[in-house]
Amino acid sequence: MALVLNEEQRFLQDSAREFLAANAPVESLRTLRDDRDALGYCPETWQKMAELGWASIILPEEYGGLDFGFTGLGVVMEEAGRTLTASPLFASAVVGASALLLGGSEQQKTDLLPRIAAGELTLALALEESQHHRPTHITTTAQANGDSFVINGRKTFVIDGHSADHLLVVARSSGESRSPQGLSLFLVPREAPGVSVQRTIMADSRNAANITLEGVEVNAGALVGTLENGWEVLEPVLDRGRVALAAEMMGLALEAFERTVEYLKEREQFGVLIGSFQALQHRAAHMQAQLELCRSVVLQALSTVDDAPEQLPLLASLAKAKLNKLVKLVTNEAVQMHGGIGVTDEFEIGFFLKRARVAMQIFGDTGFHKDRYATLCGY
Amino acid sequence: MTAPIRRDVLQDLEQFRSEARQWLEANCPESQRQPMTAADQYYGGRNAEYPSADAQLWFERVRDKGWICPEWPTEYGGGGLSAEHAKIIKEEMKAIRARTPLYSLGIWMLGPALLEFGNESQKQQHIPAIINGEIRWCQGYSEPGSGSDLASLQCKAEDQGDHFLVNGSKIWTTGADKSDWIFCLVRTDPDAKNQEGISFLLVDMDDPGISTTPIALISGESEFCQTFFDNVKVPKENLIGELNQGWSVAKALLVHERKLMSELGSESPREILVPSVAARQYLELDDGKVVDAQLRSDLVDYDMEMHAIGLTHFRTFEEKLAGVRSAAPLVMKYVGTEAEKTKSELLLAILGSQGLGWEGEGFNRAELDTLRLWAMSKAMTIAGGTSEIQLNVIAKNILQLPQS
Repeated sequence: MALVLNEEQRFLQDSAREFLAANAPVESLRTLRDDRDALGYCPETWQKMAELGWASIILPEEYGGLDFGFTGLGVVMEEAGRTLTASPLFASAVVGASALLLGGSEQQKTDLLPRIAAGELTLALALEESQHHRPTHITTTAQANGDSFVINGRKTFVIDGHSADHLLVVARSSGESRSPQGLSLFLVPREAPGVSVQRTIMADSRNAANITLEGVEVNAGALVGTLENGWEVLEPVLDRGRVALAAEMMGLALEAFERTVEYLKEREQFGVLIGSFQALQHRAAHMQAQLELCRSVVLQALSTVDDAPEQLPLLASLAKAKLNKLVKLVTNEAVQMHGGIGVTDEFEIGFFLKRARVAMQIFGDTGFHKDRYATLCGY
Repeated sequence: MTAPIRRDVLQDLEQFRSEARQWLEANCPESQRQPMTAADQYYGGRNAEYPSADAQLWFERVRDKGWICPEWPTEYGGGGLSAEHAKIIKEEMKAIRARTPLYSLGIWMLGPALLEFGNESQKQQHIPAIINGEIRWCQGYSEPGSGSDLASLQCKAEDQGDHFLVNGSKIWTTGADKSDWIFCLVRTDPDAKNQEGISFLLVDMDDPGISTTPIALISGESEFCQTFFDNVKVPKENLIGELNQGWSVAKALLVHERKLMSELGSESPREILVPSVAARQYLELDDGKVVDAQLRSDLVDYDMEMHAIGLTHFRTFEEKLAGVRSAAPLVMKYVGTEAEKTKSELLLAILGSQGLGWEGEGFNRAELDTLRLWAMSKAMTIAGGTSEIQLNVIAKNILQLPQS
């Protein structure tokens, strides 16, 4: 039963909620922001998360993993969405680990996955080259040079790009600049000669970077997947990322919504609780309806990763588009219904609004996924 | 508790599915797998005529198999099967596009309430007659002055010792002019506040003093009627549940009505165009893609919404099996009927002027039906509790927002 959590998953949900409330509430993100923290997340908290098994949640046991599958991961992502917790969970333990799982050689898996699982090593996907998600529009080049490759190009919006130990760089060695053919994935140490990293301070106070690669030389062992067939790995990796992100956005939306509904039951104007106004009730009820639909979509998309990967592209685009729309609606309404305090920095609801906008752009905005869904449906 | 379904249970269900498929294949006539018009619907009742010999054959076979109401208890003529088995029958019938053998408000609305609130002799009298299609039922809830504010209803039933004397009128009584019996909400205590003085009464429409008038709608149809009660004598034993406690029966029944309406899209008897299919036929394409960006965007919004609604129907079913309660069932009438309206507007836009034909030459059946369904779809967010009432219910019962 894919659409109802089992006992193990509900236990994971309870323990994740308890852990994050104690170790990484929204207040922690505010502190990281206000301190202009160099790393942008708390390494001690990340270490504890790894000890709980979260960094290895989708990995098979042979690589030190918990093997809970994507539904298990979704539970943790959702709870981390409620607390807006900054950590390498998404970039490294979901996207990076998936790339190695789906495309890595046995050597790469054995070397790297156990270290990712232990939280010792982090990865970041260096994909985007413009301000919109266009995963095949790659001009970064990889030129063969004997047994090695030389990479040149510029990447932007690289999530965790300033802190990850290794970058997974998408580069082109053949094909036209918008073609999925001719792309390859390379593992590049962030501190390799020729890599320069510019951290970008984003609205959500989380972590991203612009990265320039100038004559970066890597050997053939750095290739993840087969040469020029990188799209075969990249597309399912992106879909897994989209689904995990949708789960995070589900948690974000639920938290912002629940806080708003509570506020409607506390705030008095004109001598009555504002939650008694039908103008607000109907908007809140409409959001509840959309939350219910999105809940089903996210659960189905998560289970599709493990049980029906052939349907993943459709479900991933459905989930990302639906959740993009949901978090936009819910965070805008949350601010509006809180009134004046909703636009103050002191109040936390603004953090949800800002994270929502960044999450909406990662791995495809609403238009991107509507177009992809329509194309998959044949119109 | 979400115990996984046991392997032997799963095997039993798969076995049942395969048997159901075989039975349907062997017993559902080819003509009963085709799109239908309103005239092909069989509603049963005292004066019913079968639309065709095949429709009769199909109905009788399903009835004899016990699959008209597979979940109802066998002592009243039901199939005595579990919810999982019933779902399998539904899915397999849908898979071969089998027509619904018996259309019946008795099955969809009254029956479940009777099974819950009726006494033994009431069940014996009415349930088998519903399953066998012998009695056609209609519903008497709304009144000209009581729409969304249903509890303000005025149609009264006075205690005359051995019977009630009913006076007043009911509106939106679907198919009342063709029905045999009506289930009504009537006021039995004029002094009690709103819903407290209401009772649930069954009335034989052959009784003297009852008359009906059809109401013409914007769709050109007149399936609804106004029904008048003029000194109608109703035996006391036709009261369902306790006197003045009819509201709880009505509420239980409304849940069934809303569930039905949230699923109606897939049940409609007409030749319904699927928007994404119609788009390929009526819209300009470039390399397989719809050129009109606005329509393509609206189309994918609608398809995504329906995808999400379909998954949520699955989720509510899985939650029911697992004994998990969630808010999902309470939002389905709202999202389902709003989506139906969206679909009709979308189809009209896709068909352009070809979707605006009212009747006659120049338009094919599907095009004419599209317009009529568009007009009918406007009623979907009104009947069974308006969308605004649904939002009130969500705000009150799920969000527990303060009431003014």
